[in-house]
Amino acid sequence: MKVSADFSALKKTKWYEYAVRFLLGGAVTVVAGLLAKHYGPVFGGLFLAFPAIFPASATLVDKHERQKKQRAGIPQTTRGRQAAGVDAAGAALGSLGLATFAYIIWKLLPLWSAAMVFVVAVCAWLCVSCVLWWLRKKHSPQ
Amino acid sequence: MSAFAALGDVLKPKSFAGLFGAAPSIALATLGLTIAANGKMYAAAEARSMIAGALVFFLYAWFCSWLMLRGKLKVMPVTLSALAIWLVCSISIWFFVLR
Repeated sequence: MKVSADFSALKKTKWYEYAVRFLLGGAVTVVAGLLAKHYGPVFGGLFLAFPAIFPASATLVDKHERQKKQRAGIPQTTRGRQAAGVDAAGAALGSLGLATFAYIIWKLLPLWSAAMVFVVAVCAWLCVSCVLWWLRKKHSPQ
Repeated sequence: MSAFAALGDVLKPKSFAGLFGAAPSIALATLGLTIAANGKMYAAAEARSMIAGALVFFLYAWFCSWLMLRGKLKVMPVTLSALAIWLVCSISIWFFVLR
């Protein structure tokens, strides 16, 4: 299966659906900062990987798939939930990339410039996530 | 954050787009602010704990996926209630291992 981009999906997503995710992410950024201030960086650091945006994203995937089916004349469908389940499986792989991102920040930040470490860590997150996705596709039954 | 969210909306198939559900958007914003306020060593200590949080994110997302693909529960209750698993597991790791 090839990876592709469907830019018409951007038109289906309403501005407030982006705003909700932006606000949730911003709220967790503030909470993580406050927790680190009160309980120290070891506790606060946990919340840098809090799945704050994920419930909103999965709910949107479900909603958009159900709307697509309804437009096609299928009112009752489990397709939305299944699409959200597949999306969550992808997020599980992405989270292993996220652990790699954190490991690189932990090890390299004291040695290199912050900007350089961020670039390397984001590239590592993307590479590890994509390789794991490819390996899962390759070895999963069709 | 919104850029990663937009990528997740645009890309196909859904399993690939899902990778962006675990994008380091919050971490980039928070670590950037932390470095400016408290320095690089403080941010590195946060990143060490973030490894544990990310591994628990894996359990959380896998569990949500399993429930949504096999169960009959709705998406929002599943993803929101499973956040309790993330909190319990992460705080337990902090208490027994990282502290």
